[in-house]
Amino acid sequence: MEFPKELKYTKEHEWVKVEGGVATVGITDYAQDSLGDVVYVELPQEGGAVTKNEAFGVVESVKAVSDLYSPVSGNVVEVNDAIIESPEAINDDPYGDAWMIRVEVSSSGELDDLLTADEYQKFIQEEK
Amino acid sequence: MKELEQAKTPLYREHIALKAKMVDFAGYLMPVEYTGLIEEHLRVRSACGIFDVSHMGEIEVTGRGALAAVNLVATNDASRIKDNQCQYTLVCNADGGVVDDVIVYRFNAERFLFCVNVSNTDKAFEWISRQANADAVVRNVSPDYAQIALQGPKSVEVLKAIADIDPGAIKRYHFTVGEVANISAIISRTGYTGEDGFEIYLSPLGAPAVWKAALEAGTGFGILPVGLGARDTLRLEMGYPLYGHELTDITTPLEAGLERFVALNKNEFIGKDALKRGFAAGPEKRLIGFNMLKPGIPRQGYDIMVNDKKAGSVTSGTYSPMLRAGIGMGYAASGLIKDIEENGSGLKIMIRGRPSEARMVKPPFYKKEALTC
Repeated sequence: MEFPKELKYTKEHEWVKVEGGVATVGITDYAQDSLGDVVYVELPQEGGAVTKNEAFGVVESVKAVSDLYSPVSGNVVEVNDAIIESPEAINDDPYGDAWMIRVEVSSSGELDDLLTADEYQKFIQEEK
Repeated sequence: MKELEQAKTPLYREHIALKAKMVDFAGYLMPVEYTGLIEEHLRVRSACGIFDVSHMGEIEVTGRGALAAVNLVATNDASRIKDNQCQYTLVCNADGGVVDDVIVYRFNAERFLFCVNVSNTDKAFEWISRQANADAVVRNVSPDYAQIALQGPKSVEVLKAIADIDPGAIKRYHFTVGEVANISAIISRTGYTGEDGFEIYLSPLGAPAVWKAALEAGTGFGILPVGLGARDTLRLEMGYPLYGHELTDITTPLEAGLERFVALNKNEFIGKDALKRGFAAGPEKRLIGFNMLKPGIPRQGYDIMVNDKKAGSVTSGTYSPMLRAGIGMGYAASGLIKDIEENGSGLKIMIRGRPSEARMVKPPFYKKEALTC
């Protein structure tokens, strides 16, 4: 299982990558593996707002449904519509093709409490 | 506090070696998936899957009074099956509620075996024992049996390669006793997937050898080990009920649409009076099947709405790998079902608080050509 060092993580199993004030958000390798075959994803509209630690969408595998929690607050500037058509990409490439939304981060201070790759890995070891 | 020990089947080591994802199921540590639920599901429909179903319970009824004892607790008529034949039946309480749904195996008039749901093994054993006559002996023989299922169109060929009997000669819902990988076994042409296939009852000690032999023999036929995840989606595509979901102590076979397994014309059986009355009055609620018309997956507990009124709840729901859409079953008030039948629409499922359009369909959800056996 992979946890790229350049990403930040949440305890709800999302990853986030911030570049030039825009955060790209997806779910982790651990999350997709726990869910199993993903068959449905629901994402917000472009232009909508998301709030840190609040649900912004839903991901469903054959056997489970799970809310997606936003690691940051801000406006959604881009939505990955391709994964709505092909949700299996979330299993195949959770950190690449299957990014979910891009958010214009409203407060950079919100990034401080996100986990590093090492901290996240430790967290899921404890959760198991 | 000491944690409760989870039971393991005799095939536990095989599952670990195959890197299965393990979950707790009714106190057993069971494989939920190996290579992936959808792949496993599709492989059963196209080729062959092997399942560990050793958690299922087995209850034996023997003696001169065995047939009478079976017929007293079963809603179906066990006198209509011959030796080496099996029969699906409900076991009901006096109110007509379902104690368990089981398969009865008839070896002869003095020996029967019930295959019961794992979560009901103790309850069913207690119930059947309590009703038994003085000439019948009821034993919970679950520890004596492991169970392996081979399911899918290639199952006959896989089993033929490792058995000393001709599996093709076993008719649907019949069984024989033979050897599989040199282990003596009860082999029935039954299953819970809607595909041709077999359920093999054998000693726990012999189970790993049979499991490995079947996987090896099945390699050329595309066999895959299949977990409980796909077992559930396979049964749901066929509209088969699952105890604890569609069937409970307070639902009747009539409500569940299983009246063809209730022999109201046979002699006394437990629940007969209540079921007769229920049949005459018509059930107040009925089990329905439905397809989702838009993306979205129904789940157990979601509300079923008819013309924007709550009509009942979903008992089982999933994503169908064959139909690539949400399917489900649930109970709805009979009067409201009539409304849908007359209007042809009006059915919605509340998916996370939002109504989503569905169409009532009579299961099976997935239809294939008729089985040739």
